[in-house]
Amino acid sequence: MSLSRDQIAARVANDIPHGAYVNLGIGQPTSVADHLPPASGVVLHTENGLLNMGPAARGEDIDEDLINAGKQPVTELPGSSYFDSADSFAMMRGGHLDVCVLGAFQVSAEGDLANWHTGAPDAVPAVGGAMDLATGARSVFVMMTLFARDGAPKLVPRCTYPLTGIGCVDRVYTDVATFELTADGVVARDLVGITPTELAQRLEVPLLTA
Amino acid sequence: MSARICGTAAEAVAEVADGATVLVGGFGMAGMPVGLVDALLEQGASELTVVSNNAGNGDTGLAALLARGRVRKVVCSFPRQSDSWVFDDLYRSGRVELELVPQGNLAERMRAAGAGIGAFFTPTGAGTQLAEGKETREIDGRTHVLEHPIRGDVALIAAHRADRKGNLTYRKTARNFGPVMATAARHTVVQVGQVVEVGTLDPESVVTPGIYVDRVVSL
Repeated sequence: MSLSRDQIAARVANDIPHGAYVNLGIGQPTSVADHLPPASGVVLHTENGLLNMGPAARGEDIDEDLINAGKQPVTELPGSSYFDSADSFAMMRGGHLDVCVLGAFQVSAEGDLANWHTGAPDAVPAVGGAMDLATGARSVFVMMTLFARDGAPKLVPRCTYPLTGIGCVDRVYTDVATFELTADGVVARDLVGITPTELAQRLEVPLLTA
Repeated sequence: MSARICGTAAEAVAEVADGATVLVGGFGMAGMPVGLVDALLEQGASELTVVSNNAGNGDTGLAALLARGRVRKVVCSFPRQSDSWVFDDLYRSGRVELELVPQGNLAERMRAAGAGIGAFFTPTGAGTQLAEGKETREIDGRTHVLEHPIRGDVALIAAHRADRKGNLTYRKTARNFGPVMATAARHTVVQVGQVVEVGTLDPESVVTPGIYVDRVVSL
């Protein structure tokens, strides 16, 4: 038994402080929005120039001038604001975003993040705003499955994929546990369907007891 | 010099030269100046360096310019998309050069060009492949990378409305790179939905002042 993507998203949402300014990366992290009710007071930022983004647009609400970072049609909520790309990235890079949630290929025990490029020779690389977010947001949360399809752990002593940022990840939410990356080491909590002993055996990263 | 209102897209892009660096607005298709890019394709300029967030969608616009072999180099943050097959093929076969730039550096490097900044240090990209070979400096205990401005010979952007002095307003997330690109090019060409008389736009709502705009065409 392990958590579904939706259940991981719910865990992430539950840890986002009331009233936070938050950027959700494209792909899986986008689903965190489904677990942030209006009462959370959370304001979503999309790097193509909108604060207080609303849910996906449907039917007559679809407007080709109103999209999110994944280029999907979205809506604006009351209290929204629009701005250009230079302002949008100044918000990130200037440390004004409280939290960003990103996907990852790998995260190291020291918080290095690899999520932009597999390094495969025929891969077309694309970075978008990942490096700016990883470096600029006050808290960086990663959301991923803990093990790759081949069973290899994605929380590792050192990343083997090309890096997005160094020492930038604060917390990793996975399908079997949540990991706090602290100055003293990695703390695992909220284990699902795996014992602390099994988890320690499957990872090469030493774990501190919560 | 004051903006000139053009009757056709062809007239608006007439001055783009071979080998030019062309800044092309848009994030995906939002804010993409499709009419100007199509006119540039007809105009025939080649050996271009294109600076844009993405590297073309489908088979039209920027993708068509790439497919016709007019582009020598692409400077962008996110070329890989579900419908970027034209760029993907050219890149894999070595027929187009790519400079991949984190999106915030792309915006800030153009902002620097427009504001007369010689270069700047930023922590974005420090310790990654995209900073290899670049000068670094420790500032407040953090590694920063030296980044240089990106200047355009020409910017092609889309806005919502212009007045006859070239003041621009935008609509929703179609604004994206338009304002910063308008500042970063020697010659800025804008396609708008509507050109209105001077005095119609509320000066408080103008996002790009006309000083940055050279040619305007309503398409």
